[in-house]
Amino acid sequence: MKLNRRAFIGTAAAGAATLSAPRVMGQDSGRPRVVVIGGGSGGATAARYIAKDSNGAIDVTLIEPTRAYYTCYFSNLYIGGFREMDSLGHSYGTLAGSYGINVLHDWATGVDRDARTVTTAGGYTLGYDRLILSPGIDFVDGAVPGWDISAQDRMPHAYKAGSQTELLKAQIEAMPEGGTYAMVAPPNPYRCPPGPYERVSMVAHLLSEINPTAKILIADPKQNFSKQALFEDGWRNNYAGMIERIGPDFGGDDVEVDPEAMTLSIGGAVENVDVCNVIPAMKAGRIAEIAGVTEGNWAPVNATDLSSTMDENVHVLGDSAAQGDMPKSGFAANSQAKVCANAVRGALTGSSVFPARFANTCWSLIDTDNGVKVGATYEATEEKIAKVDGFISDTGESAEVRAATYRESIGWYDGITADMFG
Amino acid sequence: MIRRALLPAVILAGLGSSAAAQVGGDPDRGEALFQSDCASCHQVGQGARNRVGPHLNGIFDRRAGAIEGFRYSEDMMLRADAGLKWTFETLDRYIENPRVFVSRTRMNYAGMADAEDRADLLAYLRLFSADPADIPEAAPTAAAVDHSVDPEILAIVGDPAYGEYLSGECTSCHQESGAANGIPSITNWPEDVFVTAMHAYKEGVRQHNVMQMTASRLSNEEIAALAAYFATVE
Repeated sequence: MKLNRRAFIGTAAAGAATLSAPRVMGQDSGRPRVVVIGGGSGGATAARYIAKDSNGAIDVTLIEPTRAYYTCYFSNLYIGGFREMDSLGHSYGTLAGSYGINVLHDWATGVDRDARTVTTAGGYTLGYDRLILSPGIDFVDGAVPGWDISAQDRMPHAYKAGSQTELLKAQIEAMPEGGTYAMVAPPNPYRCPPGPYERVSMVAHLLSEINPTAKILIADPKQNFSKQALFEDGWRNNYAGMIERIGPDFGGDDVEVDPEAMTLSIGGAVENVDVCNVIPAMKAGRIAEIAGVTEGNWAPVNATDLSSTMDENVHVLGDSAAQGDMPKSGFAANSQAKVCANAVRGALTGSSVFPARFANTCWSLIDTDNGVKVGATYEATEEKIAKVDGFISDTGESAEVRAATYRESIGWYDGITADMFG
Repeated sequence: MIRRALLPAVILAGLGSSAAAQVGGDPDRGEALFQSDCASCHQVGQGARNRVGPHLNGIFDRRAGAIEGFRYSEDMMLRADAGLKWTFETLDRYIENPRVFVSRTRMNYAGMADAEDRADLLAYLRLFSADPADIPEAAPTAAAVDHSVDPEILAIVGDPAYGEYLSGECTSCHQESGAANGIPSITNWPEDVFVTAMHAYKEGVRQHNVMQMTASRLSNEEIAALAAYFATVE
């Protein structure tokens, strides 16, 4: 019997349970049990709201492999030199210490929906009354010919923040004078629709400071992309001549890479590149597939409570969910988590359940003090989460408005991370 | 800016990038600055009351965080406990960049960079502090309300429990702790101020795309519920 007590940073009660019953653990008898897999914008928010609003009436366990969580949002700003990596890192100490959540740093490797249990790589088995899956994204195997996850050190995706982001920035800084940064952009749907284009903006900002004759080449399988007019306007005004985007009409949907040779082939034409940022097609985080709640690449859910269409005791939040009109964003996952938390709490304790309402806003930085945003509100219908209303920044906005939008995005970052981690 | 940077070079020398305001500003100009930058949250003058921010009568030489009945941020109370007192110098530094001086202040104000502006503003506020017994017989500065709401809407009593659920839509951006950093604090506002602000967004009188979108689908009862909830958040 091997106990890995350090994996748990939860409450004293959880520790005691570990000692008496090491392999079926962490949970009191009597209280309803919620297990949350994934400690990002969806999972951390759901765990916190269920624990906070139920005042301890529900036993909440959060399974998340990393002790320090780095947000994907604002990681492009690290590349641009506007944020330190440390400022994007968050720990789970408050969720465990102040909210009584059992935080288990481990990989969830199995879900038995009949027995209602989750098993982990560390050897634990946890029972649940409700399971909330919020595992983010994984990449579709073979999506970019020549690339697989073993090539991520030579051709980083940097689409999960942390060491990948640092690697990508280091590679860009080490580019030869006048060299080429290439991006293979992903097909829809994918995490953070404006993300690749904000990244291009931030790479251009960095290069214009340290390597102004360098080039940026984007191979894009999509005809159009999020905030396109705003980005293209910003690129013309701030990074003239630096950025070239090749869409599907010119082979942007027909790419192949060779990580050893550092080449990128677009529509058959082979380019030598110095940095190749491959962002492959995405799918739901693997545990959703293991749990058997996916259909194709994503997990379909009901709009009213984010419950799986295949199992009313399993909910799927954020990037992994096929829910309708909301983009795959941290803001959206946070919004969905609060609706889900309210519904789960109501089902397990009889507390009031209020009608679902959702919102999203995505801020992007184009250049210093040049922020833009897009947002919408959503409601639950029988078929899906449906868009109600929305807005987008204008191309003709004043510098003051753009600077205010950037300041607002910094406030939002502080707000959402406080909402997630307490 | 360039004009000022050239003329008082002697005064600025040695002070680095941020210059301190000089005592002796123009109170008339200060009044205009107060109206444009401060009056949406603060009142000053005869009968001034606490609103989103505390009233500012007698602020000079007062200990920080000392007005009865106003709930200050935790950081402001820490500074108060450490002995912070409002003088020309401390007010000057606070107004120049509030979050540098009191890091998690609820005052959502980016700061007044120009030393001459600050001198003028403080000259105006000084009129209401010279001697606590000698506050000018002026009406309190009206809060810069940009909108008037039907009294029947203001009279709706909100359900704080529903407001707490609805608040999830707010706390993706506005911090429950009241800390403000680019996005304003919305905790502990007088309920009528909260309701008025939300209706101003809802009717498009106040400009902000996210807030207009958010407010547009909130009913009168929902706005009242949010006001009731946020008025009580510790």
